[in-house]
Amino acid sequence: MKFTRDITIMESKKIAVLSGKGGTGKTFVSVNLADAAGKSVYIDCDVEEPNGHLFFKPEITSEEKVTVKIPVVNHDLCTGCRKCTEFCRFNALAYLKDKVKVFEDICHSCGGCMLVCPQKAIYEKDLAIGKVEIGKSRQVKILSGTMDIGKASGVPIIKRLLELGSLEDLTIIDCPPGSACVTMESIKDADFCVLVAEPTLFGVHNLAMVHELVNLFKIPFGAVLNKCTDGENPAEKYCDDNDIKILGKFDYDKEMGRLNAQGEIMSRVDKAYNRKFAELSYAILEEIK
Amino acid sequence: MRQLLILSGKGGTGKTTVASAFIDFTDAKAFADCDVDAPNLHLVMHMQEKPEISDYYGMGKAKIDRSKCMSCGICMENCRFGAISFKEGAYIVEEFRCEGCGVCAYVCPQTAIAMKPDVAGELCLYNNTRVFSTATLKMGSGTSGKLVTEVKKNMQRSCNKDAFAIIDGSPGIGCPVIASISGVDMVLVVAEPSISGISDMERIVKTAQGFGAKIAVCVNKYDTNIDKSLEIEEYCKRNDISFMGRISYDKSAAEAINNGISLAKADCRASEEIKKVYQNTMKHINNTKRREKYDSN
Repeated sequence: MKFTRDITIMESKKIAVLSGKGGTGKTFVSVNLADAAGKSVYIDCDVEEPNGHLFFKPEITSEEKVTVKIPVVNHDLCTGCRKCTEFCRFNALAYLKDKVKVFEDICHSCGGCMLVCPQKAIYEKDLAIGKVEIGKSRQVKILSGTMDIGKASGVPIIKRLLELGSLEDLTIIDCPPGSACVTMESIKDADFCVLVAEPTLFGVHNLAMVHELVNLFKIPFGAVLNKCTDGENPAEKYCDDNDIKILGKFDYDKEMGRLNAQGEIMSRVDKAYNRKFAELSYAILEEIK
Repeated sequence: MRQLLILSGKGGTGKTTVASAFIDFTDAKAFADCDVDAPNLHLVMHMQEKPEISDYYGMGKAKIDRSKCMSCGICMENCRFGAISFKEGAYIVEEFRCEGCGVCAYVCPQTAIAMKPDVAGELCLYNNTRVFSTATLKMGSGTSGKLVTEVKKNMQRSCNKDAFAIIDGSPGIGCPVIASISGVDMVLVVAEPSISGISDMERIVKTAQGFGAKIAVCVNKYDTNIDKSLEIEEYCKRNDISFMGRISYDKSAAEAINNGISLAKADCRASEEIKKVYQNTMKHINNTKRREKYDSN
């Protein structure tokens, strides 16, 4: 089966892949799903630890820096009234040794200090926090974000990635682990969420958390069970108990694990995997058409 | 108090597996789970007593009083987070996006906006014979770095000054990880032998170094890709990072964890190996401690 027909219906749909727990196979599912779909867009929103590019090895066509606004105090104009330090709810400004000091790493770039300063002594500068790279690998357009080491939040990079993501093609969003702000930012405009679960005690506990999250965001979803082995699968049981549709299943496969660990895209090197991911795309398609 | 933090960069490499085994090996009197948006340590620690539960308040959320709002839209213009939108004839705050900065409340000419306290999670402290501090972030709340700091504070104020604490961290390199690093004596990075695992390890090592933390590395599931495992060991050698040992992929280890048993209590190959990693790590912490003393003298 060649995965090309019916794809028009999936055009412009955004599918977010998330899991709560790390290491369940989000990137494995996202990368292969995008590849099996042919013409598609893959967005790596795990900007703290981006890995999709290690598989696609894309030819980079453009790159841009992502910056945030950070206040700068003009000490000649500052009278030391401390309105700014009182206003800042993140404690990113402090009055030390007769001067306002800015702690850039904890600033949320809200612009409040600049608004409250009666002397107009505060202006803003751009501070780079990371970059966005756009590239191509066969028919897949790849958008990858990387947060600079030591920075606290990748949210502005994720925002930029999703702005740049083309709307013409099927888009796969590879989300960061967990369920906090970076994950929420990644899924917020998705048409569908794929929850990747592994059959472990920890996997199920974290699946329940992202299950709650997608319900809260009112985004339709389904599950993919990864690393399945013989015997009981607590993730499958959770899905059955909670009426979560299982869209696909992948067995624990030692050889696949080895190849995947080396950065191979299974759907490119193994026909059986290509077919399985094509089938998974159809299963998702059924859910959102 | 001395604190050992377990991190990994990449998720799913075995942080909690290693942390829970260490806690049992050393019979730790204090431990904490700082992975507040996907906590799992409690699933293998089996605390018998009832914990003290307390609400965790985030930054607060803006609330618009509709009776005072004149629909001027100044709040929306000034919100940098896109958290205010105009829907069905009224301005509303989208709570998921609100970071609680207070700009909207400040600019509103009608004083129609107030910052309301917001319960953003739950802190949970077991404080009987052993201190175990953990928390759960409320779904839809963003401020996890601040919650991590609260989890650590809860642990620190409940135990002896000379206690040895083990802290299970979260994946990534962002704010919750940075919050967990502050003040610890050593970071043990659990690496995974894969192209992703190595890339992520290098980023967490650089992050932790940037904050001046002492670092050591061990490899989990090393036999799933021996070439990549050797790459990790070479990376450590090249960068003068202490290597604490290898743990193999072991089906019975996975079964033990699935039954809620830490590897310190399981009888399998991985358990033996993790014990060696534990012994090496303890030796390493004690040596650094002694060296520091010597240096300061």
